[in-house]
Amino acid sequence: MKKSYQSLEDNSTNNMKQVIYRKITSKILYLGFIVLLTFSATLNAQEGDPAKGKTLFNTNCAACHQLDKKMTGPALRNIEQRLLDEQGLDRAWLDAWIRNSAGMIKSGDAYANQIFNEYNQTAMTAFPTLSDQDISDILAYTAAEAPAPPTPGPDVVVSTAATGDDSSNKLILGALALLFALLAIGLILVRQTLTRFAQEKGIEVATADKTIPIWKAFAQNQFLVLVTSIFFLLASGYFVYGYFMQIGVDQGYQPVQPIHFSHKIHAGDNGIDCKYCHSSARVSKTSGIPSLNVCMNCHKSIYEYNGETTAEYDKAFYDGEIQKLYAAAGWSDADQAYTGDAQPVKWVRIHNLPDFAYFNHSQHVSVAGVQCQTCHGPVETMEEVYQFSPLTMGWCISCHRETEVNVQGNAYYEKIHEQLSKKYGVDKLTAAQMGGLECGKCHY
Amino acid sequence: MMFGSIVACKKDTRPNYQFMPNMYEPVGYETYGESEMFPNDAVALLPAEGSIPRGYTPFDIANDIDGFNLAKETLTNPLDSTQIDTPRAKELYDIYCGICHGNLGNGQGNLVKREKILGVPSYDDAGRAITAGSTYHTIYYGKNAMGSYANQLNEEERWQVVAYVLKLKSDLEK
Repeated sequence: MKKSYQSLEDNSTNNMKQVIYRKITSKILYLGFIVLLTFSATLNAQEGDPAKGKTLFNTNCAACHQLDKKMTGPALRNIEQRLLDEQGLDRAWLDAWIRNSAGMIKSGDAYANQIFNEYNQTAMTAFPTLSDQDISDILAYTAAEAPAPPTPGPDVVVSTAATGDDSSNKLILGALALLFALLAIGLILVRQTLTRFAQEKGIEVATADKTIPIWKAFAQNQFLVLVTSIFFLLASGYFVYGYFMQIGVDQGYQPVQPIHFSHKIHAGDNGIDCKYCHSSARVSKTSGIPSLNVCMNCHKSIYEYNGETTAEYDKAFYDGEIQKLYAAAGWSDADQAYTGDAQPVKWVRIHNLPDFAYFNHSQHVSVAGVQCQTCHGPVETMEEVYQFSPLTMGWCISCHRETEVNVQGNAYYEKIHEQLSKKYGVDKLTAAQMGGLECGKCHY
Repeated sequence: MMFGSIVACKKDTRPNYQFMPNMYEPVGYETYGESEMFPNDAVALLPAEGSIPRGYTPFDIANDIDGFNLAKETLTNPLDSTQIDTPRAKELYDIYCGICHGNLGNGQGNLVKREKILGVPSYDDAGRAITAGSTYHTIYYGKNAMGSYANQLNEEERWQVVAYVLKLKSDLEK
């Protein structure tokens, strides 16, 4: 057995050697073939590579053009064929337009001027660096068939799995209930038979002597009554204190907003900085509710949601929310223009300090360099935002006591920092030691 | 159990009770608040037409292709080299521009990598040949799919960002 195995192995190594030699010759053949192919491709410059074209399209064209949707410029699906069919313009015209559209408009080309005026006289950037092959690649990409709309396969699977889970849970619960009922019936039957036996044999079942009931005994023992009433008073005092202490604290407050804005998608998945939208947190008292033009900076071109979805929030839901934004901002996606019919969005304020406490965002964000998440919690993971911190005075103060102030490179305050450090005998100053606990700092 | 039942009464979709609401609620109107003296009760309104913020310098160049070309050729950065604060400019750039244009200015920001926004050019793109003036005009008014950033950056910050963009451009061209 072993021998035959060995011989097989030997055989294969022999074969391997032969294969290596054969490969080298075939490799040379292939190489020649590839060289031939590339040469023929550059000579023809007609056969474009859609994959390369996609990269080129995304870097050069996609700022203003999409394949199936009008943006700053027209939709480009099958543009070469369409131009030829509808306008009788050939590839040479297209090449000239891509390389220098402004020149063509000036030269008085009829269609060039027509398209220029149709798109609000927005000049197309010239691309003199694109080679013939590059343009062929891009056109090959635009000529590709539109992808079929995805079938809702996975969703169906998920929902059936969920219902299956549900029904099996119910089945188990029902079986358990039945089992307990049978047990109870069995016990009752056993007791009945036992008493019947006892009666038949004439045994008297002993009954206990009459004693004082336990509650009466308890009421007669004054010491026990005293201890229990003190215990109950203390316990209820504890709970009443707990209830009163949480009045006015909105930790966990999570209102329903008029537009379902997911911080998880924007700040978490896409990694947009908090201050991109809440730009006034850098410079003013309030963090700023972004005006809708900030949303439209991106949502002019992002008109649908293509990220991961859950059973609760699917693609249609998120797309609907983007449509709500368009309605509020007065943006017509079909015409790519503002209609002027805007509706203000009435967002619900979550974090709210009482009127007698002063808080300034810029002081914390820009001066102290505190991260937004220190107070607002992991907003980048919140589908719907809730209040993470209690925002009580004790919470403010404990942070002021613990946070060490970054005095590095702050020449203006160097002297006072030095003196304060000497006074308190510490290396690092906390916000509290710099006056962060004075009443008048926040209450005035 | 009693505590549990009390806590259960509190609903997360509405704010909690307050001890003395008249000390919590502001008497005057607050930012983004509501007040009956304004139309639609909204405090957040546009400034009166023609009003000018303190320290405002007008920007005369128009928002069209001629204005863009004018800015591209004539407009220069009023900040001199001592006034340009590169660390702060980088911070601003990374917040407002880097998400699309990439922190290196090569057009490969996070939103581009995730194919949310496409076609963001690199700053060393020869066809565009950006200058200080064209960059400022673009930040001020927006261009093509890019929106205006005039409300997120003030005038001085815009010029800081312009200086940083040109620094990135020269780094890319190396």
